[in-house]
This record gives sequence, C-alpha cells and structure tokens, in this order.
Amino acid sequence: MIHIFTSITPASWLIEPLSHDFMRRALMVSALVGAVCGLLSCFMTLKGWALMGDAVSHAVMPGVVVAYALGLPFSIGAFVFGVGSVALIGFIKQKSRVKEDTVIGLVFTGFFALGLVLVSKIKSNIDLMHILFGSPLGTSLSDIHQTITISAIVVITLLIFRRDLMLYCFDPTHARSIGINTGLLHYLLLSMLSLAAVAGLQTVGIILVVSMLITPGATAYLLTDRFDRMNILAVTSSAISSIVGVYISYWSDIETGGSIVLVQTLIFLLAFLFAPRYGILKLQNSINP
Amino acid sequence: MDALNPQLGNGTYRIEADQVCVDYNGTVALFDASLRLKGGCICGLVGMNGAGKSTFFKALMGFVRPSRGNIRINGLEVHKAQRDQAVAYVPQNEGIDCSFPVRVWDVVMMGRYGSMNLLRIPRESDRKAVWHALERVELIEYRKRPIGELSGGQRKRAFLARAIAQRASVLLLDEPFSGVDVRTEKLMSELFIQFKNEGRTILISTHDLSHVRDFCDLVVLINKTVLAYGETSKIFTTENLTMTFGGMPPDLLSGQTPPEEFST
Repeated sequence: MIHIFTSITPASWLIEPLSHDFMRRALMVSALVGAVCGLLSCFMTLKGWALMGDAVSHAVMPGVVVAYALGLPFSIGAFVFGVGSVALIGFIKQKSRVKEDTVIGLVFTGFFALGLVLVSKIKSNIDLMHILFGSPLGTSLSDIHQTITISAIVVITLLIFRRDLMLYCFDPTHARSIGINTGLLHYLLLSMLSLAAVAGLQTVGIILVVSMLITPGATAYLLTDRFDRMNILAVTSSAISSIVGVYISYWSDIETGGSIVLVQTLIFLLAFLFAPRYGILKLQNSINP
Repeated sequence: MDALNPQLGNGTYRIEADQVCVDYNGTVALFDASLRLKGGCICGLVGMNGAGKSTFFKALMGFVRPSRGNIRINGLEVHKAQRDQAVAYVPQNEGIDCSFPVRVWDVVMMGRYGSMNLLRIPRESDRKAVWHALERVELIEYRKRPIGELSGGQRKRAFLARAIAQRASVLLLDEPFSGVDVRTEKLMSELFIQFKNEGRTILISTHDLSHVRDFCDLVVLINKTVLAYGETSKIFTTENLTMTFGGMPPDLLSGQTPPEEFST
C-alpha cells in the first residue's frame, strides 16, 4: 500500500476505500457502534460506572462463546452473562466483607477466564482474536444485522428513558422519592451496557470496548455543562473517531480496534488541554490573566 | 400561591408514623417510633448522628420498609403518596454531585418529572411551575447557570425550588442550615413560614439546636426512638436534651448501641 502515498489527495484518501464492500460495511458498523456507545458513555461517566463497564464488557465473553456454540444470537448470551456478572457482584458484595472494587475485579476476570477456556475447548469457528480485538473489516452481513438490531434497541431505550436515567445518575434519592422505580433503571442501564458491549465487540473487541463506553462521555464532559449537549458531543466525537480510526487503519495497515481507540484518546487529550472552560490551559490562563 | 397536590381532608395527618421499627440485618436503627404531624407545621427532627434521623427519613420516603409499624402520608401508604408527588426531599449539599452537567433550570424541572409523561417532555404548565419556584427562591436570574457554579446557599435554594415545583405537601430537609449564607437563611425562614401557611408540613433533620429554637414550632427528639415530641418551647428542656444527646439508658433497646453513635 506504500506506493499509494505519493499520489493520494485528501479526496481520494476519503473516497478510494469506499470502493471496497468490506470498507463500506466497516465504516457503517463502526460509526453506528461508535454513536451507540457514545450515547451510553454519558451515563457511564456520570454514574461513575467505568469499572462496571470494564467488568461487564469482559464478563460477556463466555456468553458470546456459549451463544455461538448453541447457535443463538450472541447478543442473548452476552446479555445473560453481562447482567449475571453484575448480579453476582452485588450478591458477593452483600454477603461478604470483601470491598466492592475487589469483587468487581474478581468476578470479571473469572468470567473472562471462563470465556477463554470455553473458546479453547468448544469446537467452533469462533476466532478468539476477533472477539478480543474486534475486526470491523471482516464484518459479515449477519453480524451487521445483529449490530443494527442491538444498536436500535439500545438507542431507543436510552432515548425513551434518557431523562429518568439522567435523574437516576444525578440524584437517585429524588428519583425514588417521586415514585420512579430506580431498581428498574439500574438494571435497564446494566442491560444496555451488556448489549452495547456486544456491539462494541464488533469494532474494537472485548479488551478495548470499555474505552468506547467511557472516553466519548469523558471528552464531552470536559466540553459542556449541559446534559443535552454532552449527549450530542459524545455521540459525534465517538462516531467520528470510529470513522477516522477505520480510515487510518486502512491506509496505514494498522490494527483497527487500536486505531479507533487511539483516535478517541487523542480527542480526549485535545479536550483535556484546550476545552474552553475545563481544559488545563484555560485554567492556567484564568489563574494568571 | 400554588395549589398543593394533594389537599388534606379533615382529621387526616400529613405524617402519621405508628410504632415504626426499622432494623438493618438485625441491628435496630429505629424502635417504636410514633409521630403525628398535621398539615401546616414546621417540625425539627433532632438527634445525634446515628440516632435514626436518616433512617426515619428513609422510612418516610419508602426506602426502607419498617419491620413493624405503619407509616401514612396524607392518609395514604408511602408509595401511593409518592406517586401523588406528596413527598419532597431536599438533600444535604454534600450529597450532590456539583460537577454534574445540569443547569439550575434542569434541576428544578426534575421536580416536575413525576407529573410528566414517560418521555418527561415539559409542558407549558411545567415551565410555569419551574419559573414560579425559581422566583420564590430568588434564583430566577441564575436559571441558566450550571449547578456547580452556585454557592452552597444558592444550591440549597435550587433544591428547595425543586420541592416547590413538585408541589409536595411534605418537605423533608436534611441539615438545611449547614453551609448557607445569611441571605439564604433569611429567605429559607420566610419560605418555611409561607409553606406552613400553605398547609405544607416541613420536617427538618438537624443537630443544630439554635436553628430549631428559631424556626420550628414543633420538635421531635429522637434517639433510636421518638423520645418526645410537641411544641418546641415545652419539649426543649435540659432533661429531654440530655436524654437525646447521650443520656439514654443503654439497656432500653438491645443493650448495645452501634459504634457510629460515638463518632461525633
């Protein structure tokens, strides 16, 4: 691919990859998954669920493997194990004296290890590398259908319950005192997390999916004081990073998941430095005017 | 003046707790607590940390289920009263995530959520209620500010405005006077008297006795149980206060008291 570099213009840099079927699919799936995870990441960062996101995204692994083995859509397996891991975390925390972050770490690594063992033991055509690191460039048509379905469920649910979930993150006591079922919201958010983790698995893989679930939210959080704008910024930055990541991966032949996450991280760093109100450079200005 | 939601019939109490017991996994947090408050009063809930003030609040908000006894608000079970938007909780400033990306307007609008449809899309009446509530707490010019930019007192008023917008008839306030400025304190005391005249019942949880003396017409002394309640002038005796703040016979309940009781 090196020979191309001499002759590409910005336009051809953008257009040329679109002539490939697999690239059109990859870009579409990545942008969609990016947008979905971006929206969810607002709630994850505001609720302080980064570690929970990491846990759930790893814990879905055995679910995906079992679903593959049984011929079920892997979203179902992921859903069961994702929510199951959280229920188990809650149960162990309640019944033992072990601290919560320890329990979270313990449960998700246990589930993840179970997934690894299952992959090696169950005869199937699951590509371990595909699950661990994602492969948007190798997305099949059935994967796309599943990703679109998952994305639609997550987005519609989040949009319907957006205000309630925001209130739940901000002030669960008030939410309960006005008769909102916060237990339901808790599990709703967890379910969406499990589903989004499966969607994210398509593009960046299990190991990096937590980045999709927190970085866009963290970036947007630095840029605004309005929840609505935070949603829009997170979705936009996440979708754009996914698209840019896929392009960079195509042109420079680097691993796609890593490329997407690096772009996201870069955007976060830019916000961290230059955000109008909360960037560190701005802060220094206001101290020494 | 906004109409209360719901009105109180004759002979019904705003808050009626009847021999309420709450225990957490065998540890008694509240024992045999009984209390009746009518509409239109300001009542101080006084006790040490760990005396059961917050447990009592939680029971009134339906967060903990009493192991024995019964609580009614406006004559209804707690969960039904909540659906009527009857109970509003005004949190301590420390309990709020000040960096949350919401504006003052959004916070007060949260008081209307329970009256909205599932999507929580504000109607004209909701916007009016929020505007009116913000005017009453004198924060209307701050409505577009992020909640984190407010001072402690202003933030307290914003949450009070949320309770007003909710049109709650029972207001539960947790340490409302801690960390507020003089202006807020004055405004709150005026608002409390207005609330009282509107028929609301205000329950103020605090260990600050001077404020209770100034603001509350009733007082409830609590130490694992309701030790005494009634008019502030009659209840605030040295004997009662000694009993509330440490003079309790240890064998009254289970012979032991949780360690946090001695932490402050």
